[in-house]
Amino acid sequence: MTPILEIQAVSKKFNIHHEGGPYLSLRDKITGFAKFKSSQKSDEEFWALKDVSFNVMPGESIGIIGKNGAGKSTLLKILSKITPPSSGKIISRGRIASLLEVGTGFHPELTGRENVYLNGSILGMRKKEIDARFEEIVDFAGTEKFLDTPLKHYSSGMQLRLAFAVAAFLEPEILVIDEVLAVGDAEFQKKCLGKMEDVSKSGRTILFVSHNMSAVESLCSKSILLKNGQLHFSGSSTDVIQQYMNSLDSQALDKTGVILLDDSNKPVRKVEILCDGKNSGTAYMGCKLEIRIYFKSDEKLDAPVLGIILKDSQGIPMIGVNNKNYVGNLASQPVSDGYISMTIPYLTLFEGTYHADIHFGNGFKDIEVLRDCFQIVVESISFTTSGELPDKKLNRLFIKDIAWSLNAK
Amino acid sequence: MDVKKVDDFYFEIKPKLAFSLNLKELVEYKELFYFFTWRDVKVKYKQTALGFLWAVLQPLIMMVIFTFFIGKAMKVPSDDMDYPIFAFSGLILWTVFSSGITNAGNSMVSNAQIIKKIYFPRLVIPISSILVSVFDFLIAFLVFIVLLLVYQQPIHFVQAFILWPTGLVVAVIATFGPGCLLAALNVKYRDFRYVIPFLVQAFLFLTPVIYPISIVSNPWLKYLLALNPMYAAITIFRMPMMNSAPDMTLLWVSLSSGVILFFIGLTYFRKTEMYFADLA
Repeated sequence: MTPILEIQAVSKKFNIHHEGGPYLSLRDKITGFAKFKSSQKSDEEFWALKDVSFNVMPGESIGIIGKNGAGKSTLLKILSKITPPSSGKIISRGRIASLLEVGTGFHPELTGRENVYLNGSILGMRKKEIDARFEEIVDFAGTEKFLDTPLKHYSSGMQLRLAFAVAAFLEPEILVIDEVLAVGDAEFQKKCLGKMEDVSKSGRTILFVSHNMSAVESLCSKSILLKNGQLHFSGSSTDVIQQYMNSLDSQALDKTGVILLDDSNKPVRKVEILCDGKNSGTAYMGCKLEIRIYFKSDEKLDAPVLGIILKDSQGIPMIGVNNKNYVGNLASQPVSDGYISMTIPYLTLFEGTYHADIHFGNGFKDIEVLRDCFQIVVESISFTTSGELPDKKLNRLFIKDIAWSLNAK
Repeated sequence: MDVKKVDDFYFEIKPKLAFSLNLKELVEYKELFYFFTWRDVKVKYKQTALGFLWAVLQPLIMMVIFTFFIGKAMKVPSDDMDYPIFAFSGLILWTVFSSGITNAGNSMVSNAQIIKKIYFPRLVIPISSILVSVFDFLIAFLVFIVLLLVYQQPIHFVQAFILWPTGLVVAVIATFGPGCLLAALNVKYRDFRYVIPFLVQAFLFLTPVIYPISIVSNPWLKYLLALNPMYAAITIFRMPMMNSAPDMTLLWVSLSSGVILFFIGLTYFRKTEMYFADLA
């Protein structure tokens, strides 16, 4: 069978300008001419993608995973024709629709109905197609009542639902999706995933980028792992995810359980782990685990929010909590400097290595997200009379105190 | 999958495509022109109490001001027409150009979010901005007809049927060239956001909008003024109201200048558009 998509030695180079703003000004260009070579030295080449090749067969769903900056988004942008590759080529034997963002082109002043047409048209749907599917789109989004209300009066959740609904009814041969599922409530995420599974079952080809490993695993049979712009590993999603989790250089804790984060422009400065009240580089099953996140920000925060997600070696979230849900606002007055402490009195994680994501926010949105910020090793303890631990394959959670009894007749 | 279907959608994504106009693709995306124009028109007049009246008020107020200060006080001649008719006919076409290049020039930057996330022929964006100005023109044109009746301006009807649309088309072509050029330049050099308003203001006085070119006596200065592509558009539009024929040489100079600018703008835009997403 011929591949529907052939990616052949694709590379993308960016020139980084060390001087001046993010875009050129005419003055820089003019003075650049005057200075000749001296100004060119400030340009540095950066290869966002280097020699990436792989084939995709019709009907396959491929997950693309890698750390931030590994080149995932650049690859998607090249596939979507938004930016050209610097070298190499891609052969496509189907129409490609890309969904790098939901709600591209949504305008707050226009009504829901108007935005459906505008967005659908930007995504490449014809007016006839939108007319035909309009009812379904609105039904899927569940926003019938507000169709003639300007979008600016929608809640962010409603906007998102409407946006995804439009995108869900695209019908290209190849669908390229960037982390669009990272948002929205759990129920809606489930709906989206379900819709994407339908799409994939209908025989269309999907390329899916996500940090959500369980979503990648359930949706894609095969995956590729990008590392520093290069294709690092490809194979079955399970293998690739395993490889990815192992390769994470989320900082291992030192003996004192402290991690200093160097970026002084970002609020989160230091992470400290305490096991049973003492600074420690490791935890053990059943311990009292305290995680302290030190922050310092330029502006005062009315309600700082700390969210922590602990993921196992497969990238599956085991614990995901934030103080906003649990106890609400922790601050009695606005703060700009301090630490938030989270204590789990009895750690029910099984032995293994866990990677932690930290979300630090102001109560409305995340100010800083640290993916795989640190890893914590949970050591086993001996508590069974046999000295053996319960089968690891059957247990995700550790429960020490289980009462057993036998009642013989 | 059968072979024919495969061939239908076969395409390659390569580093740099040779320059091509790719009209076929533009035609494929024809609905997007409509949607972008429709969006901009809607957004422009949403939450305004006067709505579409704004399309009329601006040239109308300008006309009143110019009539008093240029027409009455300075007694500038006006090619066989009442000065208000002369000024308004010039101003409504001038507005197509001025708002057209302002909007087109800023269009790529203001739509950067879309450009970075989705592919479509980039030309859709500046062209749609110009179409918004054409829409405004059509509204102002209705007022122009009313003015013609009020001042009982004699018109050659046959000429009017041909030359009014021709004038508009020439104005759109004259707007397209600089509009696309500025749009592309603005992505790369944001200096142009300061250049555009200045350019528009300067050109109002370099275009025979509020004075006829006949008051310029130096022939070389006349040719210089005729290099302005809007000269042709406005002159053609005024011809049905004039008794004497305009200087054809000047007209051809202006038309050629518009067409040359059109191709310069189009070529530069097409050559640089692939990298808009990296720069915007």
